[in-house]
Amino acid sequence: MTALNLPIYLDYSATTPVDPRVADEMHRYLTMEGQFGNPASRSHAFGWQAEEAVNGARGHVAALVGADPREIVWTSGGTESDNLAIKGAAHFYRKKGRHVVTVKTEHKAVLDTCRQLEREGCEVTYLAPQPDGLLDLQELESALRDDTVLVSVMHVNNEIGVIQDIGAIGKMTRQRGILLHVDAAQSAGKIPIDVVAMQVDLMTLSAHKIYGPKGIGALYICRKPRVRLEAQIHGGGHERGLRSGTLPTHQIVGMGAAFRLACEEMAEEAERIRGLRDRLWVGLSRMEEVYINGSLEQRVPGNLNVSFNFVEGESLIMALKDIAVSSGSACTSASLEPSYVLRALGRNDELAHSSLRFSIGRFTTEQEIDHTITLIESAVKRLRDLSPLWEMHQEGVDLDAVEWAVH
Amino acid sequence: MAYGKKVLDHYENPRNVGSMDKSDAQVGTGMVGAPACGDVMKLQIRVNNNGVIEDAKFKTYGCGSAIASSSLLTEWVRGKTLEQAGEIRNTDIAEELALPPVKIHCSVLAEDAIRAAIADYEGKQNRPAEAPAEASLAETA
Repeated sequence: MTALNLPIYLDYSATTPVDPRVADEMHRYLTMEGQFGNPASRSHAFGWQAEEAVNGARGHVAALVGADPREIVWTSGGTESDNLAIKGAAHFYRKKGRHVVTVKTEHKAVLDTCRQLEREGCEVTYLAPQPDGLLDLQELESALRDDTVLVSVMHVNNEIGVIQDIGAIGKMTRQRGILLHVDAAQSAGKIPIDVVAMQVDLMTLSAHKIYGPKGIGALYICRKPRVRLEAQIHGGGHERGLRSGTLPTHQIVGMGAAFRLACEEMAEEAERIRGLRDRLWVGLSRMEEVYINGSLEQRVPGNLNVSFNFVEGESLIMALKDIAVSSGSACTSASLEPSYVLRALGRNDELAHSSLRFSIGRFTTEQEIDHTITLIESAVKRLRDLSPLWEMHQEGVDLDAVEWAVH
Repeated sequence: MAYGKKVLDHYENPRNVGSMDKSDAQVGTGMVGAPACGDVMKLQIRVNNNGVIEDAKFKTYGCGSAIASSSLLTEWVRGKTLEQAGEIRNTDIAEELALPPVKIHCSVLAEDAIRAAIADYEGKQNRPAEAPAEASLAETA
């Protein structure tokens, strides 16, 4: 048994370390000895070599999602891709219609961009998911209108890891000539994606969620049928005018390498990670009053979002110095807002405040999972001994029937 | 977020955790906050016939700063008269624990808790059946 490195990183949905094989490739595109050229330089070998590297990476990114390399536009990351897709499409098709449909559990990069469209005069429908986090397709269908130009639904939710049925949504939108944007930052490299079969028009991709570097992402823009966008960043006309700015060759090479590795290793890796995730859940669910948030069946292998009833999430994280996880409770403002995602599932605020997100990845070991279970068990026990809510629960008090002085 | 040393100390070694019999006439119970807001504090005080807080216990559901605020409060109120305890201000707690601005509400909740506990105790004394206790309170007040 090897020594355990503490703290244990279980926040792979937030970001991942760059795979050493990816970092090795990136190193070769930075210094004088390497290929540091500007891919837009047409007049010399430095530029040509860099361009070749960029094209290679474009091919790897396209391959992972079943796209043509010409359908990939580089961006600075998931947030920019979401912005370009949503604003770009809404602006370009303004005359066709001004209605956009999305879901309440989308990432802020989608929700906040939609808010901006509302300020610009668009109308946005925010659908509530079902209690398991999945979208009710009939509800989506009835939200579509003649003036709907765009539907934006994330493939995998960043907090609860549930997988939306993009294929079914794509069928619905393509039939009606409505564009479908899918934020796939949390699904690429984790579950199979085929943009053609799923009939997706726009797809957001990010590198740092799958062992590539931060600061680089891509947007898939469908060519058949041809999707047009209004550029959001203007300048030298890079990326066919859709996204100006000098291409960061080393970042792009990193994203390409990360996507190539994901393509090669995804199937095997997903099985291993699923095994670890299930092991973690078996361990944690031995405790009383522990609930999983979101569908366990329609879920990416590496995600586990759990509520430990009667224990507040931030204090739990504080007790878990040796584990890096995220909490659904943000006790950092006067309003003490719990996770809007868990709220949208209809989880009561107590359970939302009591949630932790574990995300397991490439470098997680069985030993780390077992140690995590031990640490969580003792922390939850300690905090429940401190919790007046746990005491009331033990006494048989119905907490929902208590009249709390909401402050 | 980073926590101050004193918050960590109270969080890791909370003082006076526990519960008292809330039907006891000598015990005042203050329960403040709401699960929906992410913090609930229960503070209990045992008051002797001289109106002095002999013992204090707490249980808190909430973040580290909320736990620390209530733990500190139990230390401070022990040995104090009800009047003195009622003078504790949230700013004193926030200052002692070096709470950052976003955690000030935890100290406010602690102040609310001691006031609620005192009010509960005093309410019990005002009931006719418990006249002797009321008399002793009147002496000290």
